[in-house]
Order: sequence, then structure tokens, then C-alpha cells
Amino acid sequence: MRILIPLAAVGGLFLVGLLGAVQGMGWIFGVALPYLAVALFIGGLIYRVMKWANAAVPFRIPTTCGQQKSLSWIKQNKLDNPYTTLQATGRMALEILLFRSLLRNTKAELLDREKLVYATDLSLWIGALAMHWTFLIILIRHLRFFTNPVPYFVTFVEKADGFMEVGVPVIFATTGVFLVAVAYLLFRRLSNPQLRYISLVGDYFPLFLLLGIGISGFFLRHLAKTDVTAIKELALSWTRLAPVVPESVSPLFYGHLFLVSILLAYFPFSKLVHMAGVFLSPTRNLANNNRAVRHVNPWDYPVKVHSYEEYEDELRDKMKAAGIPVERQ
Amino acid sequence: MPKFDEPEFYEHEDLLSVDWHPPKTGWMETPVDFRHGTYIYSGKPKNLEVLELPNQREWHVTEEDWKLPEGWKRTVLDGMADRLQKYRTFRIFMDTCVRCGACADKCHFFIGSGDPKNMPVLRAELLRSIYRRDFTALGKVFGSLAGGRELTEDVIKEWFYYFFQCTECRRCSVFCPYGIDTAEITMIGRELLGLLGLYVNWVIEPVANCFKVGNHLGIQPHGLADTLEFMAEDIAEATGIKVDIPINKKGAEILFVTPSGDFVADPGIYTCMAYMLLFHELGIDYTWSTYASDGGNFGLFTSHEAMKRLNAKIYTEAKRLGVKWILGGECGHMWRVIHQYMDTMNGPADFLEVPRSPITGTVFEHAGSTKMIHIMEFTADLIRHGKLDLDPSRNDHIRVTFHDSCNPARAMGIFEEPRYVIRNVCNNFFEMPENTIREQTFCCGGGAGLGTDENMEMRLRGGLPRGNAVRFVQQKYGVNQLAAMCAIDRATLVTVADYWAPGVKVTGISELVVNAMKLTGEKKRTHNLRLEPIPGMAEDGEDADDE
Repeated sequence: MRILIPLAAVGGLFLVGLLGAVQGMGWIFGVALPYLAVALFIGGLIYRVMKWANAAVPFRIPTTCGQQKSLSWIKQNKLDNPYTTLQATGRMALEILLFRSLLRNTKAELLDREKLVYATDLSLWIGALAMHWTFLIILIRHLRFFTNPVPYFVTFVEKADGFMEVGVPVIFATTGVFLVAVAYLLFRRLSNPQLRYISLVGDYFPLFLLLGIGISGFFLRHLAKTDVTAIKELALSWTRLAPVVPESVSPLFYGHLFLVSILLAYFPFSKLVHMAGVFLSPTRNLANNNRAVRHVNPWDYPVKVHSYEEYEDELRDKMKAAGIPVERQ
Repeated sequence: MPKFDEPEFYEHEDLLSVDWHPPKTGWMETPVDFRHGTYIYSGKPKNLEVLELPNQREWHVTEEDWKLPEGWKRTVLDGMADRLQKYRTFRIFMDTCVRCGACADKCHFFIGSGDPKNMPVLRAELLRSIYRRDFTALGKVFGSLAGGRELTEDVIKEWFYYFFQCTECRRCSVFCPYGIDTAEITMIGRELLGLLGLYVNWVIEPVANCFKVGNHLGIQPHGLADTLEFMAEDIAEATGIKVDIPINKKGAEILFVTPSGDFVADPGIYTCMAYMLLFHELGIDYTWSTYASDGGNFGLFTSHEAMKRLNAKIYTEAKRLGVKWILGGECGHMWRVIHQYMDTMNGPADFLEVPRSPITGTVFEHAGSTKMIHIMEFTADLIRHGKLDLDPSRNDHIRVTFHDSCNPARAMGIFEEPRYVIRNVCNNFFEMPENTIREQTFCCGGGAGLGTDENMEMRLRGGLPRGNAVRFVQQKYGVNQLAAMCAIDRATLVTVADYWAPGVKVTGISELVVNAMKLTGEKKRTHNLRLEPIPGMAEDGEDADDE
């Protein structure tokens, strides 16, 4: 059920999206819902980030993954155990751009029921890196629809992405990699018994959604006759805040667009916010200079302690008998 | 017949036939099985009374009724709301997990038990499922479809079982792409349980002792003086040297603080003796404190507030005695508290000076605010400056490996200092496999207040990864000693090593140091600090290490 429900949901949503091509529905699916989705995306993301930002960071608790800075002759591991903000920024950059922590991933195995071994396991790192980076590149490519003239970096990315020069129009390498990567992440979630055990509807839904978006996108570009000019007009009209719904856009496009709208709206309220959350993770983004620079807890409050005076009052006789110095005789 | 709290009760084959495949029933539908050997007994009301904690009463884990206070559900939910505001970690860690599973097989308790709720991700989901239902938009609308569930008494029991089946070792957090730290989840989880008066006695009694008497074991000042005196006698027997025992000495330059476990338990006592001998040889002006007679802090395993209450003594005492700076002994969780919490909680220590070695003149700038340094930083600096007269061949009968303790590794990053010291005092040092050391080190299985015998099955299971790595170097290099700079390790690894790698003994690093030191005025060193004959040094050629 945890798999079928999200699969059916994405399928159903796609079918609903097709309605956008029905006479008179273009305004809803082509204008109102996309705007709403963007508003929810931006508003929701701001809301979530504000929630995080408003929560205090009472203690500085980085997870240290390398040698600390201590004695001058011991080499510090600056990126896995940063001492300055700059070094912590470097650590974050590695984490966000290259998924540093996943790169450490291992797989434990118990051989012959006696030997525990740990093998490097890069499959998740590769799958995740491939999915996230191709997704970003695909987003950049889509800027072509929103800009006139198309900026150089977009055409550059397109050109690089279409390096294989196969097909008319050219097949982008990222499209394939993206679909394979998402399919792999789904396969991994289904085939690994532990992973399947912990997976929720909210873990399958985004994967199906991304697959739906990717596949419909591929069809739009390569297999279905699509009026690209009309779509670009629509996209440009969004950016001018003067939306014009063109006549000749196919149902498939509306299906694609509706799934994208769902993704945008769903994003801030789901696990997908990890995109923003990773920036604020206190175990990663703080420098491990605790003993050099005092961290202040904004909500610190006095606690009840057992004072030395109380302690000595209770134990004075024993202390004196043992020859331990006391404050008061 | 051995009982469930004895290692002999457990067959190796049984513990090694771990099945990592999850059960058929979903985790929310699988109830907790409080089986002897896998849980820790309930906190006694007298300890809660000392600490003035809520809901003081007799209760038992295996009884149906845990005597939760009136309105407990509201208390927990309000407690969560409060902490979501106070700890960004908590909120971020509730929101960002994508259940990628990278953490799953990183937990020693999961590896050793196969219980899916010991996968760090599920341990967090125990709390997250409640968070989702009561604190998120999707959870409020979609309920269980969004992975939410209702807070019930069974959930509380499950929290109790699994939050006291986590040693807060942070190994999972190394592998998490968002740095989600299960130690933080467990700490918050235990705080929430604490609001209902749910503690384990193995943690809350030491906290009460430490609060009242100054150390977890409840050793009173005269008792501590006696203990150190006995140690001095043994030192004299081993070395012919009579060491001073400065206690509560006003105006000393350095306050020395170490975990109280090393006052009583073998082999921790030898580490303690080593400190006394080292300081004597260096002639430094230091003092022990009876009031701050524990650097260890089981408050860390209780609540942030309890941690602060216990930790306060160190700076208070440093101020009262008028010392210049503080030196800390070999301890794991103590250093998590000292390094990541003390200054924030009880600082600023503006009445102290930046630590400066009286022997080498080195100023420890990296401790410029906290004013406390680690004995390994101190010793490494001494060796580097050639201030210790070392004869590592005295340790030649020792083939040593080094266990990075969780907290100094992952909450500090002190990796090279201890290794530098060991290499200089032992000629035979061998590393365990790389996935089991440094930041990837495995817990002893008994940290965070779980090192009690009633929890023996989980300790042995949790100790499997470490034990397995020790056995590996034992077989490959003939390793016969396991060095660790943590008092809990020195207590729990003994059991783990005896069980999984019999023949390997546990030692502190400072013990190795003084055994290799040529001391001023020493007699012929025929016996080490354990009063065992040193092979090749003993007069009648008797052999200490016949294993």
C-alpha cells in the first residue's frame, strides 16, 4: 500500500493534468495552478527556513570527522574538522555539492557468521549525485523557455548536454541519466529489505513524481508533436505577469506541467526540504573551535546546583578527619 | 548456571546468527519485547528526590503500569514543542531525513542485534512519527498516510527501550548526508521521558551521587583520599617512588579532573596511578578536588539541565581553589561535555588563564576560552619537546592496538595526539581496520549509561563490531592489549574483549606512558603498575604474559 498509493496518486494527478487541454481549462492548469504552486513553493520554503532559523542553536556540536586543531605540529583536517568559518564553509560546500558524507558510505557484511567486514559502497552516492546534478542541469536547460534572448550559460549547458549529437532534436545526456538515476533510487528502495522497511508513502511519492515528470518531459521533446513556440510564449507570459494561454498546446504538456506544479507545492511540506535544511544543520555548518571561542546559548538559565558550601557543610567532619583542607573549621 | 547478566549466559553462535532482515510486521505494529539482558532497570525514587525531578515513585519496566503522571501526553507534546524551539538540531533532524538508509548498518546495536529499530533512522522515526502527526501540516491532514502515529503509552515504552539502547556514539551522524545526529535525538528523547519521571537507575543514581558528593560513585572526600593513598602505596611498590597526593590544594597551578571510574575499577586505577606518577616526575603544581571529583558527567545521558548541574562544579572549584587552568584525564563522554558544552553552560572562565605547560612553555591556544586541555595534548607536547625520558622497550611485551573512543573522536577529533604518544612509548602498535577507527570508530557497546550487567545481551551485541576488529588484529598481529582513553571503555571493553577476543587486555594510554618512563630515583623496574612482572626485567625470569 505504501507503494501503490503514491504510484496511483501520481498516475491520477497526471490524468487530471491532461484536462488542462480541455477548452476553458487552460487558465486553471496553465496559469492559476502554476502560480499557486510557485507561491506555495516560495512561501512554504520561507516558512520552513524561518522556522529553522528561529529555533535556537544553544550548543556548538559539530560532528568531527578528522583531526582537530590543537598542537602546532599536528596537521589539522580542515575540511572534515573545520576550525574557522571559512573552513566550515568549505565543509558545507563539499557536503552540498559533492555529498561528502555519502561518499564515506560502507556496507557491512557478516562473513561465515564470524567476520564483520565493511566494503566501500558508492552506489547511493553515485545514484544520488547523478539524480541531483542532472535535475539541476535540466532545470537550467528549461530556462530557455523563460528567457528571450536565451542567456549564454543556458545554451552552453544545452550544447554540452547534447554532446552525443544523437537524434532530432538532440537527445540530452542528462535526461537519460536522470531517468536512470531516479529509477535506480526507486529500485534500491524496493529491493533493499531494510530500506523498504523504513520507507513511507512520502518516500515513494517524490520518486514516482520525478519519474512522471521526467518521462512526460522526454515524450514532449522527442516523441510527441509539441508546439514549443506556444509553450515558450506561455512561459514568457508568466514571467511578465501577463499570462496568455495559447490554443495549440497538447494535453501531455499539461500533464507534465501539472506534475511539476504538484512537485513545487509539495516540496516545502515534505522531506524534499532537505535541500534547504542541509544548509542549517548544526553538526555540519559550525566550526569545531569550541574551546577557543565561547558559544553563547540564547536561552541559558540558572540551574540548581549543589554548592561547595553545602557540600562542605555536609562532609566537613570527614574532610577534617582525613586531613583535607576546609573553608570553615 | 550463568544468568542473563553474565557473559557466559550467551553462546557465541547465538549472538553471531544475526538476521539483518526486518520482520514481517511493520515497525509501528511491532511491540517492544522487554527481554532480560536487553533493558535497564528503572530509576529509583530516592535518586529522583535528590535531584528534585518529577514523578518520583517506585515503578518497574516489566510491569504493565508505568505510573505515568496525570496529563502525561500533554506534558510530552509540550516538551517537544518547547525543544523544537530551543534546539535547531531537533527541528532540522525531524524535518530533513529522507530515509536514504545510509545510517542503517552503521549502528553497532543494529549490526549486533538486527533489530530494525536500532537502525538510527528508525530510532529517530520513533520520535519523528509523533512529530509528523502533531507538528506538521501534512501529518495533520494525512495522519498515518504521511507517516504519523498517535502518542500512546506503548510509544513511550518503545522510546524508553530504544533511547536506552543508543550509546549516543554519533557514528551514524558521520555518514548522514544532513549530519543528523542520533545522539541529539536520543538526548531529546531521554529528556522527554524524564519529564514523566522515566529514567534508568544505572544513569540516574550516578547523577544523584555526583550532584550530592561530587562523583558518580558516591565516594566521599575521605574515601577518595584513602583511595589515592592506596594507589600511592602500589606506585611505591612498583617504582620505589613516593608520590604526593595534593587534594583541594588552594593556589595550585593546575586543577586535575578525571572520571571517577578510574578511582575504583581495574584497569582504570592503573591509569589513575599513572597520572600521579607522571605529575610527580614532572614536579608540577597540581591538585585533585573532592568536590569536582568527576569529570565524567552522566547528566549528558539524562538531560541538558542535569549535565549543566553536574558540570558546574568544575569551574566553581577551579575558582575556589584559585588554579590557573584545568587539565583533564582520559575520558570519553567527559570530553564531549568539556569540549562542546562546558564553556557555554558554565563559562565564561575568565578567572582562569590560557593553559600553558609549565614544563615546555607551550601555550594551548586552542583551549583559550575553555582553559582546559586533554592529558593527551599535554603528554604529546611533553614528548615532542623531549621532556620525558622514555624507554619504550619496557613495553616490548605489549602488542597494542588503539580504540578511538566515540566522543573524543566524533565530538572533538583528537586522533593524532594519542597515536603519537602510543608510538613513542610502545614499539609494537597496530591499527585496527580503517572502517573501525578514527571518525568511524565503533562504540564499546556500553556508553551513554548502558554499561550495566543487567543489559549484558545488548552490551555483547553492541560490542560485536569492536570485538570483531580487536580479534582481527589479535589474530593478524598478535595484539594483546587494547588501549583506550575513556573510563567507560576501560570498564566495558574488558567484558567485550574477554567475550569476543579473549586474551586481549584493556589499558589506558597514560599507563603505557609511565611504564615506559625512566623515573628519577626509581628502583629497578621489575614490575609494572599492575604489579605484574615485566618480562625480561624480572629478577627470577618469571614471565608475566603467558597468554
